[in-house]
Amino acid sequence: MEDLFKIVKSRLKIDIKNPRKNKVNIPSGLLFKCPRCQTAIFNDDFESVGRICTNCGYHSRLTALQRLEITADKGTFVEYDANLSSVNPINFPGYEEKVKALMAKTGLKEAIVTGECEIRGERCVIGIMDSHFMMASMGSVVGEKITRAFERAIEKKLPVVLFAASGGARMQEGIVSLMQMAKTSGAVALHSEAGLFYCTVLTDPTTGGVTASFASLGDVILAEPKVLVGFAGRRVIEGTIKQRLPDEFQSAEFLQSHGFVDMIVERKRMRHVLYHLLKLHKREAIPEWIK
Amino acid sequence: MDKITAWEKLSIIRNPKRPNAYDYIANIFENYYEMCGDRLYSDDRAITGGIATFEKLPVTVIATVRGKNIEQNKEVNFAMAHPEGYRKALRLAKQAEKFKRPVICLVDTPGAYCGVQAEERGQGEAIARNLKEFMRLKTPIISIITGEGGSGGALGLAVCDELAMLENAVYSVISPRGAANILWRDSSKEKEAANTMKITAEDLIKLGVADKIISEPLCGAHNDINMTCDNIVEYLFESLKRNCKKSLENLLESRYNKFRKIGLFSE
Ligand SMILES: [Zn+2]
Repeated sequence: MEDLFKIVKSRLKIDIKNPRKNKVNIPSGLLFKCPRCQTAIFNDDFESVGRICTNCGYHSRLTALQRLEITADKGTFVEYDANLSSVNPINFPGYEEKVKALMAKTGLKEAIVTGECEIRGERCVIGIMDSHFMMASMGSVVGEKITRAFERAIEKKLPVVLFAASGGARMQEGIVSLMQMAKTSGAVALHSEAGLFYCTVLTDPTTGGVTASFASLGDVILAEPKVLVGFAGRRVIEGTIKQRLPDEFQSAEFLQSHGFVDMIVERKRMRHVLYHLLKLHKREAIPEWIK
Repeated sequence: MDKITAWEKLSIIRNPKRPNAYDYIANIFENYYEMCGDRLYSDDRAITGGIATFEKLPVTVIATVRGKNIEQNKEVNFAMAHPEGYRKALRLAKQAEKFKRPVICLVDTPGAYCGVQAEERGQGEAIARNLKEFMRLKTPIISIITGEGGSGGALGLAVCDELAMLENAVYSVISPRGAANILWRDSSKEKEAANTMKITAEDLIKLGVADKIISEPLCGAHNDINMTCDNIVEYLFESLKRNCKKSLENLLESRYNKFRKIGLFSE
């Protein structure tokens, strides 16, 4: 999956700040090149429309904090397990240093932020993965934070909204990371058995072990337009079948037409849609006339 | 006024102007959020389904979609669902069960799609599973035949606590053309077959298959969509009240008996 992580990264060319890759002679960081349609857009324009490609509508990545800001009601977020941080379960060389460097760079402790918030007054447990932290790969901390979030949601009888983004399982934690897939899926199962609502939002990119666990298990699965969602990396598949795959392969739209996504929702409508879905799944919502 | 024959009814319900699923959904429900896909293979556009509110009550709506022109009909395959359509319907019904929402099915289909790929993916199995699962679904199910109730393709969304039919709707084991073909090896005898097969709402009430006829404006639903929808709303209001009140045990027992008692024989 480390391979996949590299492939996703190169395919999406998130490394546009690297001047070596800027063939046009424009100062670094000035342009955003859309991974879906290859259009280059001035960064200022791209940022001003909320990190969305003005040409094709591809919804680019946000940090967990940016996402929280546009999703939760102001002042309602209470974070869970803020201090959970990684150890090195299989003594993988250089892992601790890598995590430390990322902590310093991103200001995050790990690749997911979890907690409780309100969305237009509807209380829910929320999880937001952040691809800026080791491609939001899932190791022990991500697995544990998600599992605890679901367990708290069961205790408090709350729905869960989870913004997924991930390169997959975290290779540096070996088999322990694989087991997080089973652990988180188990927590989803208990939450579901309790009759509670779980909504996933697939954001760019959602791949590998996260697609193959909790991200695909929502009662309702939403996705942002044009984002990359899949299990195996595109080039891995192209290598296997020795054919070039169509451009829309593994896009949110591709997933929807193949039966795996309920709705594609633009970022500007996401909060509204989440609010409605939370409200529609409330037990107390039953009107007088039917009682 | 002369009674409208089954054949005449067929021409009314096959009128391209007749309201389709999206017209009914827009006029009867609020906040419709369409949910896509069977989580297995595809999203079948011949069946739409999702969550909505009916008079503030959250419900799950599942409906076959008839196109109004060739372009739309290509997309929805003339309202003939593939297995993935029935599997989407089942997925949404199961979700309705989990969240204790009643299920409302609107049916207007010539039948389940007959084709190679539909067979490969198990058309028979998909319908069969719906019959079994809908029979035991732990939440009320109301089905309304709004146009053509074509055979197994309709029944896949019509195992329910109450079956209502719009006044001009028909429900049959096979299309009249198919019946003519099988019975007389002559598909031109479609009209004769239609009038012989006992397929109108009145026939089906007599046969104990349908429970209620919802009246249509003169000359058919398309003449006044609002009035048609008002009539459906009124029916749903009463029907949901009746069925949501029942205990789960009573609900499932009555549903089983509704189908258990159908069959005529001597011994
Ligand atoms: Zn683009």
